[in-house]
Amino acid sequence: MKNEKCKIKNEKWKTSASSSGFHFSFFIFNFAFLQQSVLDPAGPQAARIGRLWWLMFYVEAGVFVLVGAAVLVAVFRKRKERKKSSDEPDTSPEPKRERRMTRVVTGGIIATVLILFVFLAGSFYTGRALYSTDDERALSIKVTGHQWWWDVEYDAVPASDTVRTANEIHVPVGRLVKLRLTSTDVIHSLWVPNLNGKKDLIPGHEIVLTFQADREGEFRGQCAEYCGYQHAHMGFKVVAEAPEKFYEWMNQQRAPAPEPANEAEARGREVFLKGPCVMCHSVRGTNAAGRVGPELTHLKSRTTIAAATLPNTRGHLAGWVTNSQEIKPGNNMPPVPLEPGELQALVAYLESLK
Amino acid sequence: MKTETETLAVVEEEEEEVAAEQEEGEEEEVREGDLPEEEERRLLEKTWGDDPGFWGWLTSTNHKSIGRRFIITAFVFFLLGGVLAVLMRVQLARPENTFLGPDIYNQIFTMHGTTMMFLFAIPVMGAFATYLVPLMIGTRNIAFPRLAAFSYWIYLFGGITLYAFFIMNIGPDQGWFSYVPLAGPEFSPGKRVDIWSQLINFTEISALATAVEVITTVFRLRAPGLSLHRIPIFVWAMLIMSFMVVFAMPAVMTSSLFLTLDRLVGTHFYNAAEGGDPLLWQHLFWFFGHPEVYIIFIPALGYVSSIVQTFSRRKVFGYTALVLSMIATGFIGFGLWVHHMFATGLPQLGSSFFTAASMMIAIPSGTQIFCWIATLWSGRPRFKTPLVFVIGFFFIFVAGGLTGVMQASVPVDLQLHDTFFVVAHFHYVLIGGAVFPLFGAFYYWFPKFTGRMLSEGLGKLNFWLLFVGFNLTFFPMHQLGLNGMPRRVYTYPPGTGWGNLNLVATIGGVVMTLGVLTFIANVLISRRRGRVAGDNPWGADTLEWSTSSPPPSYNFQRLPVVQGREPLWVRTEDAPVVEGLRVDCREVLVTRTLDAEPDNIMALPSPSIWPLMLALAVTPTFIGSIFTPWALPAGMLLAGGALIGWGWPKPRDERCERKRVEEMTDEERRKEAARAQ
Repeated sequence: MKNEKCKIKNEKWKTSASSSGFHFSFFIFNFAFLQQSVLDPAGPQAARIGRLWWLMFYVEAGVFVLVGAAVLVAVFRKRKERKKSSDEPDTSPEPKRERRMTRVVTGGIIATVLILFVFLAGSFYTGRALYSTDDERALSIKVTGHQWWWDVEYDAVPASDTVRTANEIHVPVGRLVKLRLTSTDVIHSLWVPNLNGKKDLIPGHEIVLTFQADREGEFRGQCAEYCGYQHAHMGFKVVAEAPEKFYEWMNQQRAPAPEPANEAEARGREVFLKGPCVMCHSVRGTNAAGRVGPELTHLKSRTTIAAATLPNTRGHLAGWVTNSQEIKPGNNMPPVPLEPGELQALVAYLESLK
Repeated sequence: MKTETETLAVVEEEEEEVAAEQEEGEEEEVREGDLPEEEERRLLEKTWGDDPGFWGWLTSTNHKSIGRRFIITAFVFFLLGGVLAVLMRVQLARPENTFLGPDIYNQIFTMHGTTMMFLFAIPVMGAFATYLVPLMIGTRNIAFPRLAAFSYWIYLFGGITLYAFFIMNIGPDQGWFSYVPLAGPEFSPGKRVDIWSQLINFTEISALATAVEVITTVFRLRAPGLSLHRIPIFVWAMLIMSFMVVFAMPAVMTSSLFLTLDRLVGTHFYNAAEGGDPLLWQHLFWFFGHPEVYIIFIPALGYVSSIVQTFSRRKVFGYTALVLSMIATGFIGFGLWVHHMFATGLPQLGSSFFTAASMMIAIPSGTQIFCWIATLWSGRPRFKTPLVFVIGFFFIFVAGGLTGVMQASVPVDLQLHDTFFVVAHFHYVLIGGAVFPLFGAFYYWFPKFTGRMLSEGLGKLNFWLLFVGFNLTFFPMHQLGLNGMPRRVYTYPPGTGWGNLNLVATIGGVVMTLGVLTFIANVLISRRRGRVAGDNPWGADTLEWSTSSPPPSYNFQRLPVVQGREPLWVRTEDAPVVEGLRVDCREVLVTRTLDAEPDNIMALPSPSIWPLMLALAVTPTFIGSIFTPWALPAGMLLAGGALIGWGWPKPRDERCERKRVEEMTDEERRKEAARAQ
């Protein structure tokens, strides 16, 4: 287990710069170098929210400075009143000054109300813009939350063209995407900070989240609602790509799993189909049709496994199959005891599922 | 002025009654003024004091004993919650840390939230009310003193139960908010969630009992002349908090009862597959959960007002505005719960209403801040530790309030919800808005509690460690939230860029810990060696400062008559007092709700073991019902027995009871006569 962790640390397999030193950069620098950021929008939804956020931030920073200054002046200002050194309490303050203060306090309250009205209007305006984007041409994707991974289905007509994958949502750049969110176990929440706010996945409800990616790239997302043991390891990835590339990907995903190309892979498929794997996983083109775990038809086309927890490499796949409980304790996949030869073959087969 | 003359008249008439009754040669009874002062104090002490020894400790119904225990117990839970917080910070200091596994981490963050909310924040506010309200309004005990004792015991047993299960490694791990279906029977097998929901019952019963006592005490036991428009803002705060408790707690008790039923007997309140709805839980829970924040925050407003007034050496600016703001906060606080649920796909229009309501709460909060600044501006501030904590409160609370306004907006909230930004926000409002004033309040009232002053030097050190540590811990969390770090994760992958800010937060946590340790050292040292305080070391205005420090068991030798909004500051040399209550019975003066005109005399019960017995009957019932529904009927028998014992007439109370009825008729006769004149 320790080795596994070390590996994760050493590989630095993710793109960004966690090691780029100390960045205590609150509100000062831009955030492009970090992996996820609310303030580095990649689409119109996040951009709108970002604008509203900055409006609130600047106004509130002003308010904070003013109130803070008022407190400091109030307590530290020099006083030249008569009873300066006396502790005698003042029970009948000078009416003239009280009236003056009443005016100032009233002014402060009126200013508060006005500022809040601006925020309220801005909030309504932004909210309307975010949710009146119902587009006939929107790409409709159903996302079902599971403990602790994401089931992704691209709606299609005819239904047999439906593409199913897991923990990776490919979308074409410039087209509105409509995620239909639901859950079959507990409540999850889907959030890609660079694209839009989050929406919950609630059993018995279908909640729609729309977003649009305006530039190519990979955007990390994760579950934001506490969903139990491995809530921390329930990530996913949105891959925004040019429309041609997206359709290429779509067509490739629609195809059944490739046939084994050599003996090892063939043996691996045998292990897969005879083992406990088929109880939960499906590989189209074979008899494996379980729907409890992630779809594996094109497993190798994805870059991560275990809900964006590990890079999709041979070593990690083997470790995961043998004992996933050491990597992600409490997850729903039981350990699969295999002979070394069988494991090698199985991993070879899984690696062939491109 | 009218009030005082009338009261004086009452006092005189009561004296006449005494004379009259003594002439009638009835059973021997002693009233105030019958004995020499020294003798009278001795007898009052005998009447109001706890019974001697350990037994007396168990049977005490004195509001000060109960309040003190409450405060100490709540502080112990605060320390436990703090230790859990430090453990979490250590785990999160580095990515993929293996200091705590997911199981223990999830238990710890659940326990931290539950402890701080239910075992620290609500009880400690009620505790201050129990100790101080009767003193501040000039009476000798809290109304329903046995209920107050029960309230403490049931709270203590609830807390012990929770921690006992936690130590056995079966503490709740579903979060202090217990969202279903995660907390439901299917996804949380075992007894962990049940323990949590029974803890809710323990603490809510305790909070409800305290609320009822405080409301009754404030409405009916005020000193003559302390009409409703004169009561200290602290008392208003406690009154409003108590009303909020009365309206908010039933919601969470309902929700946790449904949850218990779902888990214990298979009802389907929250089961979507059987026509229930997980969102029902969220509505019920947050209908309690949001007012809960104000239940914690409003008492703090009372502390701040008291401290600002005393240390700026002038009456507080805008009394009416402050009181109305608190009442407004109390009302609006019940209209915002949905802002915890913006991500659940509620309709736009409905959410907009809650956006408006959530922003609206900034108006009364702003009003309060402006009034206090005005008070300080026109006063002559004295930089004692309590005031320093209040100045710290201004900065932290205002920052937290402002980030709160951001989250009232639906689109912005959808980005910030359930991230570390929210963690930063609510620690700014709860630690800044409630814990800093609470520390200030402790420095302020410690001389009254113990008779000794806390050290100013250690106090200032305590403040700076807490202030710096706090900001170091929680300020970076704003950034973490914006960078996408969700709440309630036991670890996070490297490469997300969250590591360094988390490390800063952890270092801040260590500094905060040092601050709390300084506080403990200060209390332990000053309790023995602190400067002797005297009755009124701060030159404050409220009635608790007119009696000795610590106050005698009977609070006041003579109940005061209040002449203005700042009783001790406006008190004249010849201020009248109430005279004529029996010294050999626990008699208190009952006054009218609005104008505090004397209305009646009531004898409060003497010490009793039955509150403890009832708590001892209820505790196994609650614990047992985790395992079998049969615990409930069995527990009802036990509790019924304890209640019979509770209600059984006691000779030493009966003696007072009988007289009291006679006095009531006299009172009425007197009133009739007065009306006829």
